Amino acid sequence: MSVIEVRDVQTVFGTKVIHDGLNLSINEGEIYGLLGPSGCGKTTLLREMVMLQDFSHGSIDILGHNVSNIKERDAQKLRREWGVLFQFGALFSSLSIRDNIALPLVEYTDLNASMIEEIVQFKINLVGLKSSDADLFPSQISGGMKKKAGLARALCMDPKLLFLDEPTSGLDPISAREFDELILKLRSLLGLTIVMVSHDLQSIYDTLDRVAIIDEKKIAYEGTIVDVKSSKSQFVQTFFK
Amino acid sequence: MQTPLHFTQSDSLLSIELSGELTLYSITPLEKQMRQRDVVGITRIEINLMSVTFIDTATAIFLVKMEEMFSKRGVECSLICENKTLLSTLELVKMQRIITNLETQSQQKKSSFLEKKLKDIYAYFYSFIPFITFLGKLFVAKMSYLKSFKNIRFKEIAYEINESAVKALGIVALTSFLIGLVVAYQSAFQLKTYGANIFIVDMLGISILRELAPLITAIVIAGRSGSAFTAQIGAMKITQELDAMKTMGFDPFAFLVLPRIIALMIAMPILIFVADIMGMLGGIIVANADLGISSNLFLDRFREVIAAKHFFIGIIKGPFFAFLIASIGIYRGLSVQNDTQSIGFNTTKSVVESIFVVIVCDALFSIALTNLGI
Ligand SMILES: Nc1ncnc2c1ncn2[C@@H]1O[C@H](COP(=O)(O)OP(=O)(O)O)[C@@H](O)[C@H]1O
Ligand SMILES: [Mg+2]
Repeated sequence: MSVIEVRDVQTVFGTKVIHDGLNLSINEGEIYGLLGPSGCGKTTLLREMVMLQDFSHGSIDILGHNVSNIKERDAQKLRREWGVLFQFGALFSSLSIRDNIALPLVEYTDLNASMIEEIVQFKINLVGLKSSDADLFPSQISGGMKKKAGLARALCMDPKLLFLDEPTSGLDPISAREFDELILKLRSLLGLTIVMVSHDLQSIYDTLDRVAIIDEKKIAYEGTIVDVKSSKSQFVQTFFK
Repeated sequence: MQTPLHFTQSDSLLSIELSGELTLYSITPLEKQMRQRDVVGITRIEINLMSVTFIDTATAIFLVKMEEMFSKRGVECSLICENKTLLSTLELVKMQRIITNLETQSQQKKSSFLEKKLKDIYAYFYSFIPFITFLGKLFVAKMSYLKSFKNIRFKEIAYEINESAVKALGIVALTSFLIGLVVAYQSAFQLKTYGANIFIVDMLGISILRELAPLITAIVIAGRSGSAFTAQIGAMKITQELDAMKTMGFDPFAFLVLPRIIALMIAMPILIFVADIMGMLGGIIVANADLGISSNLFLDRFREVIAAKHFFIGIIKGPFFAFLIASIGIYRGLSVQNDTQSIGFNTTKSVVESIFVVIVCDALFSIALTNLGI
């Protein structure tokens, strides 16, 4: 069953066309990669999926909702069913790591403080941060730690869908591999569907079930990593060397 | 530094022999020497690079450009070179130039000065439309926000009142005290010559309570808190915090925008009240020192001649000014683009625009109230 359907999407910034007739579909429970050269519009596509960016033509369905004409109430419900990790974490700078992660729980649930603290500690450890990091502010931690904290925040409500923008870029190799393991573990534990943008070949081979490669404003290849080798497209071949 | 350059001319053929290492620094001297050379009657030029040991890409570009320039003038020009490295550098440069030429050709021609200016003006006035959109969103947000009492984010509002008003108390008090002092001092000098000393009370009472205190407060707050709103929200936009909020289903209008606007609308009348007191205090001191009017006499006269309406008019302006300052500050913050330059630009805009709008609003108040006979 497909959780995300992108059909015929066209995106235009001013006079610049970024996507033109882009189609893809993402199935439940899979780890799906958006690949392509820098500036080809991967982040933009991700932003369109999470309703941060309008597109001029086509449609995107997420969990059965068409995002371009969704009611505010449904949109709000949808937003609680996904987690988003931004390329640079996008932690709230006025809140500590703990409060960043706890925020959705505080706002959306009526859990008591000690329960929230438990959940926060669990998520902090899950993503590989130390408990003592909880009291630090975003300005006091490194880029890699920001990403981990951002992931912890994205996971905080146990979402069904996870969007990750370059999750392993800026991480040291050990953390990056741990990250891959975590992603795989989460998928098998929670049955998550994960959509991620990545440039990290190791991570691409280790984690992704299927990939879409964007080139020339369209999808140049969609399918499994194994089949990528047999793709006829010159571009796809050079992309995987 | 003189770059080794050798000219030999036979009839219509000019040979230019270069030697040694050619780098960035040799371009200007080369160009100078070439220009000094008179090329009248020459139809062929040979640039001999046989004894050149090294060229960098800059010189390569220079040589290729020169070749092109001469060809354009109808002079046959050729580079003589056998060194493989040099040739491949030249080849690389030529390839790149072809690509860039193609790209620039496909771009449109430059627009004229008038066209540019008119476009700027159009863009400037067009930028008013997003502001209207912002006000519309604000209205919708306010409606759904005030629908239920528990939606109101008292904690954020209290925090913002502290940040943008309580902490501004000192500077507002000081500024209005000084303004009271100065206005009183200047008018005392004039009033003394007519012997109309006691009228300083009427003058100060009306001008400070009705006009000066609200305006001064608004200007100080626009410079202090309005700009802070722009910078804070702009920075949050750059770090994608606003995007993160949206994807988590937190409406930035409920979390960031309305608390700031409401906080400022609550705090502004209080600040104006403080400014009233401090401005009058400055007046009393000058009246006492300069005109010999004791503070008791001043206050008695004040009670007698200054109607309460002047005070209330001044206070009533507060929420209006606050709304304008806060909404412009926040709107500017939200229009920050993804670069740091844009924070500075929008902060400046936010202060200038909000002070301007406050003064326009004050003028409207004046006209309306005068026509109503208040
Ligand atoms: N807000 C914007 N305004 C104009 N152009 C944009 C904007 N956002 C992205 N772009 C352009 O869209 C293209 C795709 O960007 P992006 O999706 O960030 O690429 P990437 O695939 O590297 O993540 C880029 O060429 C970029 O210049
Ligand atoms: Mg990107």
